[in-house]
Amino acid sequence: MISEEEVRHVAELARLGLSEEEVSRMSGELGAILDSVEKIGGLDLSGVRPTANPLAAVNVLRPDEPREELSREEALSPAPEPEGDLFGVPRID
Amino acid sequence: MGAGELLKLSARELSGKITSREVSAREAAEAANDRVSEAEGGINAFITPTPEIALDRAGRIDSRLSNGGSGGVKPWEGVPLVVKDNLSTKGVRTTAGSKMLEGFEPVYDATVLGRFGEDLVMVGKANCDEFAMGSSNENSAYGVVHNPWDTTRVPGGSSGGSAAAVAAGEGWWALGSDTGGSVRQPASLCGVVGLKPTYGRVSRYGLIAFGSSLDQIGPITRDVRDSAMLLGAIAGRDPRDSTTAAAAVPDYLATIEDGVEGLKVGLVTELMDERIDPGVRQVTQRMADGLREAGAEVGEVTLPHTYYALEAYYIISPAEISSNLARFDGVRYGLREPAEGVHEMYRRTRDAGFGPEAKRRIMLGTYALSSGYYDAYYAQAQKVRTRIIEDFRDAYAQYDVLLSPTAPSVAFELGAKSDDPLAMYLQDICAVPASLAGVPAVSVPGGLSEGLPVGVQLMANHFDEPTMLRAARAAEKVADLGFEIRPS
Repeated sequence: MISEEEVRHVAELARLGLSEEEVSRMSGELGAILDSVEKIGGLDLSGVRPTANPLAAVNVLRPDEPREELSREEALSPAPEPEGDLFGVPRID
Repeated sequence: MGAGELLKLSARELSGKITSREVSAREAAEAANDRVSEAEGGINAFITPTPEIALDRAGRIDSRLSNGGSGGVKPWEGVPLVVKDNLSTKGVRTTAGSKMLEGFEPVYDATVLGRFGEDLVMVGKANCDEFAMGSSNENSAYGVVHNPWDTTRVPGGSSGGSAAAVAAGEGWWALGSDTGGSVRQPASLCGVVGLKPTYGRVSRYGLIAFGSSLDQIGPITRDVRDSAMLLGAIAGRDPRDSTTAAAAVPDYLATIEDGVEGLKVGLVTELMDERIDPGVRQVTQRMADGLREAGAEVGEVTLPHTYYALEAYYIISPAEISSNLARFDGVRYGLREPAEGVHEMYRRTRDAGFGPEAKRRIMLGTYALSSGYYDAYYAQAQKVRTRIIEDFRDAYAQYDVLLSPTAPSVAFELGAKSDDPLAMYLQDICAVPASLAGVPAVSVPGGLSEGLPVGVQLMANHFDEPTMLRAARAAEKVADLGFEIRPS
């Protein structure tokens, strides 16, 4: 179980508006899911290296050269409210 | 050839007839479009059918071929293809099954599409679980998909639309994406072949990201040879995706008929326990016996840490999702809900745009990555991942190919698990180990249980798709089911 207060805090971190009903449902559901994954906590894995990429790939570099990119017009075309040649947003608060 | 006859051909057979100009690409496109009109009412495999695009590009292929020679047309290029709606298609609505992207038209194509051919005959954009999160296709904002074998049941997910379209003959083959089984499990439930390549074999550029260390685009096809052909068409290094491997792409069809004489096949004991329905275990056991009769050396193999694979997956994949879905903020594309200030705009947009499962996983991932919990959850899960990779490495020291069920059950009734996320997550139990290890895996129809299809899964070592496909082809012959369009 995670508390409704914790749910609200995590929702705020994720910039996710949740209704009161969603908060209370989420508290039960997330609690149940977290309980079920709890069993990996009991494994002794001290000294084991974590894996982020299954192929253990290292950095892949390319020459730093200018390339053909999207035009400003193309990049702005899916924007919900472009302003001139910029992305428009409400007041930054 | 009549449209009915055309629809019976495999993708490979059709490609030969188009290249030799016995059949025009346009005839094939028309046959696919007609089948969509006929079957779609009961299936809902597509979010956006694209019949005009299919006809237009097929026409271009025909005119390229009519100038004598091949006109640079790739052998498979004229065979109508279904594209999962989380792959970017330039100028064609791409929703990823979400309200967040309801009116989104990308300005570029995913790499795999360009690689397939300049005039890709696209039947349409296939329905899928929202942002590829789900195992039943019931998390789509564009309606559920019905399994062509029994329309009261789910097709599996998240590539449920892709698998259902292929099973229903709405196109000859499809592209899906697989993070924790999203190509293999729906293929199993719909009685078709679904392949997840080695991580890094196929470019992810233009795939709307779910779990970046797990995602791979893969073919869903009527048979194993079509799978090999489609994999060959899309695989290879891409300068736009630095996680793609430089290893040369072999000809996957060259050794596919070599059989399994002397091949070492390991049946995974952990994936044959009581968590798997008896009917599914039976089909898998019969497949092991059949491969032995075909000349393979079949033994039992243990992957001890697969007992923890599902738990590790349900920490790692939400963590990656929470970070990948942060881009949907109402600023650059997709939905925006108006608000006074920017933070309220983020909150309202993300509340309105994401469905329940997307929210659940964003919350889970944010929690697992948050201060104070990171080591207990995320870092621990990544260490389990290391152990799983070691288990596979040990197994491949003894065996060439591993065998297991693909999914723990046959297709279940619509709505049966939609209120129980944990029951739904169990659908991935056989599929996630290969995802975490990054090894290739393919689901092949192995038989029937309760009159519904059951897939068996074959897994090989990193970049050993040729051996895996050889075994899959042999498995297909053992099962001897043959492909038939449903509902007929």
